[in-house]
Amino acid sequence: MNAEGSGKRKWQDRLRAAFLSLSVLAAGAGTVRAGGVAWAAEPIKLGLVGPLSGDAATFGNSVVNAVKLYFDEVNAKGGIHGQKVEIIALDDRGDPAEAANAVQRLITRDKVTAIIGAVTSGPMKAAAPIANRAGVPILSPTATAAGITDIGPYVFRACFVDDFQGEVMASFARHNLKFSRVAVLYKVTDAYSAGLAASFQNAFKQAGGTVVLVQTFGQNDQDFTAQLTRIKQANPEAIYTPVYYTDAGLIAKQARQLGINVPLLGPDGFDSPKLIEIGGQAVVGSYFTNHYSSKDNDPVAVDFDKKYTARYGAHPDALAALAWDGAAMMAYGLEKAGTDRKALRDALASIKSFHGVTGTITMDAHRNPIKNALILQVTADGGHRIVTRVQP
Amino acid sequence: MVEFLQQIINGLSLGSIYALIALGYTMVYGILKLINFAHGDVYMVGAFAGYYAAAVFHWSFVPALLFAMAGAAVLGVAIERIAYRPLRNATRIATLITAIGVSLLLENLGIVVLHPEPRAFPDLVQLRMVRLGALYINNRQLVIVLVATILMIALQWVVNRTRIGQAMRAVAEDQDTARLMGINVDRVISFTFALGSALAAAAGVLVGLYYGRIDPLMGIMPGLKAFVAAVLGGIGLIPGAMVGGLVMGVAEVMVVAFLSSTWKDAVAFAILIVILLVRPSGLLGRAVREKV
Repeated sequence: MNAEGSGKRKWQDRLRAAFLSLSVLAAGAGTVRAGGVAWAAEPIKLGLVGPLSGDAATFGNSVVNAVKLYFDEVNAKGGIHGQKVEIIALDDRGDPAEAANAVQRLITRDKVTAIIGAVTSGPMKAAAPIANRAGVPILSPTATAAGITDIGPYVFRACFVDDFQGEVMASFARHNLKFSRVAVLYKVTDAYSAGLAASFQNAFKQAGGTVVLVQTFGQNDQDFTAQLTRIKQANPEAIYTPVYYTDAGLIAKQARQLGINVPLLGPDGFDSPKLIEIGGQAVVGSYFTNHYSSKDNDPVAVDFDKKYTARYGAHPDALAALAWDGAAMMAYGLEKAGTDRKALRDALASIKSFHGVTGTITMDAHRNPIKNALILQVTADGGHRIVTRVQP
Repeated sequence: MVEFLQQIINGLSLGSIYALIALGYTMVYGILKLINFAHGDVYMVGAFAGYYAAAVFHWSFVPALLFAMAGAAVLGVAIERIAYRPLRNATRIATLITAIGVSLLLENLGIVVLHPEPRAFPDLVQLRMVRLGALYINNRQLVIVLVATILMIALQWVVNRTRIGQAMRAVAEDQDTARLMGINVDRVISFTFALGSALAAAAGVLVGLYYGRIDPLMGIMPGLKAFVAAVLGGIGLIPGAMVGGLVMGVAEVMVVAFLSSTWKDAVAFAILIVILLVRPSGLLGRAVREKV
């Protein structure tokens, strides 16, 4: 191509761009002139991102179920300020890169007002900066890793932070179970797992306990026998293993196969019906920290349990409960501030004494909720019992 | 010392599984000079066949294992018939790319048909601990090593003592001459695929039994590592695959136990690079100059 030709092409491009922007302006003006009626019929679009397939699939599906349940109820009552809420749910497969793509798509193509998600911490760390840069409020119901909300002023969550979860389990192991020797096994490639392992170790040592051995594993590992054999030699009273249910089930099973019979201690990642399916009897008796229990007798929680069970035929897990609270917080923000993203952000940041199904929520200065934690124990029927409740 | 022995046992269990998969790679390579990259996915299908036999039909361990082996054998023969046979006279690179294509097809078909969520493999063998002095061995590890050993002995017998085994060796030596001697080369190749796939399926069922979890992408990593094991032992050599598999398994467990888990996958591929640089014909291979 010669220079003249490309010069011509440039001119055409410029002209086309000018026409395009004019027509966009005209269209925009048209909508404004059409007035309140056209605006009111327009739904509020909310994005939803989570792992609908892969290793954490039950998490993503619980979140989607609860958020849909919540907004179907809102829509049935006439929506928010007369506008229906439309949910656009995308699958991130638990992969940070996929989560970043999904959030990008929600913002640029679907033009959502705000986003609920991501569900797990790794993807949230990749997704949140994109939303924050675009000035779109993003609220993860369930990403517990430290530092998530420090990404920026538009980033929120509905769950407590891992540091707190690790500290609660350390204190429970030391003071309630009276353990002094604990081993730690965590997934070194996962921010959630590494963060919990660190906070547990610090708190357990401070409480006067000894961490006898720390072992790690990587992404997609299924063979934990080498690590567990070492742990067995160290002879701990319990193993703290801050991982999700799939890994937890495998670890429990392989530990029993090697003749390790001490209990596993875990985080909220243990909360899935798949835990017992994969781990079988090996996981029974394990303790884990959690946000919520379907056995809670708080009236708000009981009401939620009833609605969820009626629609999905199973009790909600903590992920569903947190997603319900996340959706409720988002609805509260939209109710108070409308669809202006800046105003919505301010409304979310100022949430105080909000009575959700996972407890009473107040946002701190870093947009993390302050609320209590539960310690649960896995029972032989695959369910759990509430052992104790810990205040922050 | 006790811990070291314990880790050796862990390594041998894992290594037996690599060895079983590696055998399929090496047999196909010996005959067709083809790296069958779909082999790891045949192993996955075998694991799922065992899963359905056990979870749906409630078969016990041995029937489920045989069912999985038979199913995978049929799949292996079908893959060869549909994807590789039409390319028998094509360039080696064309067949290799086709193998990668078949692998991707099986993986993604697996995601669609079998769902990507990991599944719990039924406890086909009740867990029992066997105590040897200070050592604890569980019966599942024993089952893995035992089944792998039986299958490898059976394979040696088939290859060295039967007519079809003799035909396999003849085809591996020289296809054209074998054909002139009246050997049905296509049948021998089909039989090789059936044999290799059946062994991979056995590995799949054993892994399901040992780890208790299977999913449609489970074949990728073990497939690659078994390939490294086959190269390590000397590709095309059946005893090489066995030795290579065991060495890989033990090496991997030792690295995790005494170095760091982060090095686990790296060590497998470091072995591949070193062996290709230093001794390309493998541990048991003789250096042969390729005829041009």
